[in-house]
Amino acid sequence: MSDEKRYAVGIDLGTTNSVVSWVTLQQCEGEKAPLEILGIPQLTAPGEVEERQQLPSFLYLPHEAEIRPEDLVLPWREKVDHIVGVLARELGSKTPIRLVSSAKSWLCHAGVNCKEPFLPIEAPEEVPRVSPYQASMEYLQHLRDAWNYHHPDDPLEQQHLVITVPASFDPAARELTAEAARESGLNNAILLEEPQAALYSWIQRTQGTWRDQVTVGDIILVVDVGGGTTDLSLIAVTEEDGNLQLNRVAVGDHILLGGDNMDLALAYVVKMKLEQEGTQLDPWQIQALTHSCREAKEQLLADPEVTSAPVIVPSRGSKLIGGTLRSELTREEVDRTLIEGFFPIVEIDEKPVSRPRTGLTTLGLPYAQDARITTHLAYFLSRQVSAADELEDIQLPENARFIHPSAVLLNGGVFKAELLSERILEAVNHWLIRDDAEPARLLEGADLDLAVSRGAAYYGYVRLGGGVRIRGGTAAAYYVGVESAMPAIPGFPPPIRLLCIAPFGMEEGTEAPLPPYEFGVVVGEPVRFRFFASTIRREDQVGTLLDQWREDEIEELDEIEITLPPENHKPGEVVPVKLAAAVTEVGTLRLEAVAKDTGERWKIEFEVREKETPATTSSSSTETPTQIETEMEQALENDVQQQTEEPSETKDENPTAEATQDDDKKPAFWPFKK
Amino acid sequence: MKTDLSQLPTTLDALHLVLALAVFILLFLLVLVLSIAVIVLLKRSSQPARVEETPPTIKPQPPTAVKEKPEPAAPPKPVILREPTPDAALQLLGLLQGEARFIDFIEENISAYSDADVGAAARIVHEGCRKILKDHFDIEPVRSEKEGSRITVPKGFDPAEIRITGNIVGQPPFQGVLVHRGWRVAKVKLPQLSEGHKVEILAPAEVEL
Repeated sequence: MSDEKRYAVGIDLGTTNSVVSWVTLQQCEGEKAPLEILGIPQLTAPGEVEERQQLPSFLYLPHEAEIRPEDLVLPWREKVDHIVGVLARELGSKTPIRLVSSAKSWLCHAGVNCKEPFLPIEAPEEVPRVSPYQASMEYLQHLRDAWNYHHPDDPLEQQHLVITVPASFDPAARELTAEAARESGLNNAILLEEPQAALYSWIQRTQGTWRDQVTVGDIILVVDVGGGTTDLSLIAVTEEDGNLQLNRVAVGDHILLGGDNMDLALAYVVKMKLEQEGTQLDPWQIQALTHSCREAKEQLLADPEVTSAPVIVPSRGSKLIGGTLRSELTREEVDRTLIEGFFPIVEIDEKPVSRPRTGLTTLGLPYAQDARITTHLAYFLSRQVSAADELEDIQLPENARFIHPSAVLLNGGVFKAELLSERILEAVNHWLIRDDAEPARLLEGADLDLAVSRGAAYYGYVRLGGGVRIRGGTAAAYYVGVESAMPAIPGFPPPIRLLCIAPFGMEEGTEAPLPPYEFGVVVGEPVRFRFFASTIRREDQVGTLLDQWREDEIEELDEIEITLPPENHKPGEVVPVKLAAAVTEVGTLRLEAVAKDTGERWKIEFEVREKETPATTSSSSTETPTQIETEMEQALENDVQQQTEEPSETKDENPTAEATQDDDKKPAFWPFKK
Repeated sequence: MKTDLSQLPTTLDALHLVLALAVFILLFLLVLVLSIAVIVLLKRSSQPARVEETPPTIKPQPPTAVKEKPEPAAPPKPVILREPTPDAALQLLGLLQGEARFIDFIEENISAYSDADVGAAARIVHEGCRKILKDHFDIEPVRSEKEGSRITVPKGFDPAEIRITGNIVGQPPFQGVLVHRGWRVAKVKLPQLSEGHKVEILAPAEVEL
């Protein structure tokens, strides 16, 4: 049954749109792989099903009387409860309280339990809510059913399947994506970072001539501006045994800033103009205005001769002519808002600023406060100045202030506007010239809208040995917080040291050695560790203990949690464990507690984000770990005897309740001996 | 035996009685036989009439039959005109209304508004209609030549695809100027409809709660 897998399928599970691409493996030869895009049947109006290349990643929860049940059909299901796709987006624009959007951004949002149903956030009590995890799963299931509808003899479950995630996704978000795929029956799915997918797509499109476009020593900067997120990666070109090698050496932070923000910004400019003329707009009209501004923007950016483009907001009633609002978007406004607002030429040492939030933000998600994409880019390049130090083929001048990219690959619909793609290149070259370096060039031939899914499908084929692979591994080193032996000082957070448990660049399917430190874990009780990541520290090995670090080096992630099941142990027993890290074949990080004596293994969970509801601010999230620490401090002074008796107090409470009542909580772990 | 024709019998004798009876019986028999004969004849006349008629039409005079053949084909065949299903038409109207506000625009009295107002609305209609056409139909020109150029209309051309006008004389191939390139739909991709979908509702009434 070796021919069971006929296709390599790539799914771009996007923040605003999802796309499925595929190649027939038998038609592939060398680096030539003919790619196809799947038509995804979806509801486009009640009772109307149409195939589209993109599935808008929106979920609508209709009222039972809102749409006739017989009109909620899909080719593979007679009655759907939740609407996914074009119709969901359409209905949601007029009834936002029932619309789930940007579920993917929530997956990587600290301080929320992604399996807790809380979306849509603005929904009133009676609307049944769903979790970001479930929403992602429903999109995946829709895509799976669409594939199986077209290929009844070759179900998606049996193909080589690649799902893309942002490069900036943390281990928890990756695990959630992989789990959503597993729960949808797609056990065969593996993960791929989106900027890498974009590069794979470029390689596929060049049909083998990419080797002429890059040379050894090149550093390719991938800038992927999607609808809602901006993703950055650096890929270095090296040589091995006479063959060109691609190495993904760095990824950027999770920046919630994308093309939608730009259209919204333009809409607000026009809204201000209309308001000055005495016209008030309701929320629906702003949606329509945003849509119209996008068209006007594309018109202005496509043709430098045009000085202004009309912006029209149709009336909602049947009187189209009388009630229609008319305004225009001028070139000056686009320049000021888009080019200077999102892509200004800044200096390389500039950092993204945090300032009071403006009208661009929406309740809940931590949208980037600095809209200047070039600033995020400058910060990323300066931070990653030593990203390629370990590679012999990459030479950076001694006094370089940032890593010098020599080629730029752009992705995302935003860059259909040549003005914007030129602007990015201009900014990069501005920095390069200041550093006395050669200007970078733009890699031609990128497919801006569909590249990610196409690249993912191509990667599915490449994995079987069909072409060059990008070497990556984990783009961060991971640490757990360890209590230091110093006494606490009142008013200051107790000092903490970081124990490295997974080094930078761990390849898929490898396991890190066990660190030489043990923790005592109380059986039957959830134990939490503070969890940290660094996308810069490449030299730390397993077991490295950090006493000091720069604030911008290390980022705290959500806590991780382990509960030792009381199967082979008595509840309350303290088991000495070591923390083991491995990267699975799927591409997710797996943390395990390994019993020192028996070698038993328990999985450590990432999804312990239930400390707060998303509506509250993030200020309290910093308190919780601190309290645990102070209690840990006391615990260190106590003896084991007392520890083992205490669990009975909190044993019956569920984790959520326990988390919100930290005052009562007693520490359940402490560093054994160092 | 003496016969006297002027004399009538004064009394009814047995012989006359027998004679009269015989006359009545014979009359009765005659009527009976005649009526049976008529019935049988009537019955027979309806059936064998065809049997007798058909042979002459097939057999008689082959030479004349050849001459008359075009005439029997002439009896008019019932013409079947296709009845278009309204579903697709209504569906298209619905799409045009949804995306381009087509019905709203056409149903409105535009004489009351300035050209600028009408123009603003026309942009919505134009943009929307264009999108619907692009999304649901692959439309291509019938002839790829430039309009205004001279082209040859070949022998056996399809009049559905090419309409010749003006000085139509002689036999094809014809030479002429391409006035309009024509349009052809290469592919139609209309949305599938659910069973019981009300296509006659082009746009539902909207009520904001």
